[in-house]
Amino acid sequence: MKPFDPRLLLLSEHDNVVVACANLRGGEIVRMDGENVKLGAEVSVGFKIARRDFDAGEKVTKYGAPIGSTTTAIRRGEIVHLHNMKSDYLPTYVHDGGVGFTKR
Amino acid sequence: MRGWLRSDGRKGIRNVVAVAYLVECAHHVAREIVSPFRDRDVHLIGFPGCYANQYAYDMMRRLGAHPNVGAVLLVSLGCEGFDRRGLREAIAATGRPVHTVVIQAAGGTRSTIAAGRAWVERVRAELDAQPTVPVALDELTVGTICGGSDGTSGLTANPAIGRAFDRLVAVNAACIFEETGELIGCEGHMASRAATPQLAELITACVEKAARYYAVLGHGSFAPGNAEGGLTTQEEKSMGAYAKSGASQIVGLIKPGDIPPRGGLYLLDVVPDGEVRFGFPNIADNAEIVELIACGSQIVLFSTGRGSVVGSAIAPVIKVCANPDTYRRLSEDMDVDAGRILAGEATLDEVGDEIVTLIEAAGRGQKTKSEELGHQEFILTYKTFEPIGPACLPAA
Repeated sequence: MKPFDPRLLLLSEHDNVVVACANLRGGEIVRMDGENVKLGAEVSVGFKIARRDFDAGEKVTKYGAPIGSTTTAIRRGEIVHLHNMKSDYLPTYVHDGGVGFTKR
Repeated sequence: MRGWLRSDGRKGIRNVVAVAYLVECAHHVAREIVSPFRDRDVHLIGFPGCYANQYAYDMMRRLGAHPNVGAVLLVSLGCEGFDRRGLREAIAATGRPVHTVVIQAAGGTRSTIAAGRAWVERVRAELDAQPTVPVALDELTVGTICGGSDGTSGLTANPAIGRAFDRLVAVNAACIFEETGELIGCEGHMASRAATPQLAELITACVEKAARYYAVLGHGSFAPGNAEGGLTTQEEKSMGAYAKSGASQIVGLIKPGDIPPRGGLYLLDVVPDGEVRFGFPNIADNAEIVELIACGSQIVLFSTGRGSVVGSAIAPVIKVCANPDTYRRLSEDMDVDAGRILAGEATLDEVGDEIVTLIEAAGRGQKTKSEELGHQEFILTYKTFEPIGPACLPAA
């Protein structure tokens, strides 16, 4: 069996996140590094999933390059997004529930 | 491909009449002049500001002499700061038909619209009778931009455009990628691809300039929709955006309005020089598309994940859709379904080849999706740039 579910994309061996190539359901079991991992929540295509456990303040690596740092602990199989990571350069602005313009 | 040979030796793949308002106060009159010709390659462009700006002047001069433009009508209110005489003379020197209508001198709105339409009607007929010549890929300048990016952009559409760029550069076309604010974090890798050590230093410095500029603004080149599509940070977006450049050597660093002197891959620096003065370097994607066109791009490749629908005045835009879900929703607006790559239904090379094939089709006169739908967006605002130095360009 292949080490990764075909619906997950590991862009670089050095990465600690993988990218969803399809919309995945919460609770679904996916194969990561040869092990079965249960997804914490629904993952939309293009979003990132933790490949390993993180502490707060660790670098997140995608494309083999640092893309920011974690702001909380993250468990393997959880989504890695703006609720648990941030830029090391510039703040990111998001819609807050579809309205407004909030700094994260 | 076939196109129109211009006096400077460049060739256009469209033969557009550009109608340009020189201040917002002349915008309505210019739009009314264009409206009966909207399906006949008469495009509206313009600059809204009343106060003169060298960048805006240079941009309009380059756009008026763009290979895809066959004739230009300038629409002036009369009292604005734009150097309408200088612009008309610069365009006339290229051999193109050019004419100015001044609202305050022509008797107001109705008479100016009538005079403008009469001129456009006559010149449109002249352009329609002009002969065409063969156009080869190495006579093209191709720009690329990404807009409405999401977590799939950097996996499918952007690297596929990179493959298309590699193929175009290999046959000596000029290819331009841009948006140094979306290359923050990639400067070291980019510098390692520069043709000369001097160019490497200049590339690093221009990304540092972008980082400083955005730090002052307190905001990166990152929209809320990017986050809704799975992207988190400027540096993550940058890594994906950078993939559009492909793997070729970078031979030059240009600024808006600079024309690549020969084929190869160029980085376009769109972040203004000097202190932060006129706000965001790129208020929306079309500001950058216009800058790519002012650098001579006859065609623009636009990568989108969330689903931008824009096209542009003057040059056809090919939209490469990164996200398979977006493609299903917005297929009428998308030229390429690069999301097939995620499902393993196509490779990056295959989609790169498809993009080159579509460029050639557009060069034979086939309309892109945004052209068919009538998209002719255009934005030009205030900026300030210092001229580039000799180390920025390859030997001609």
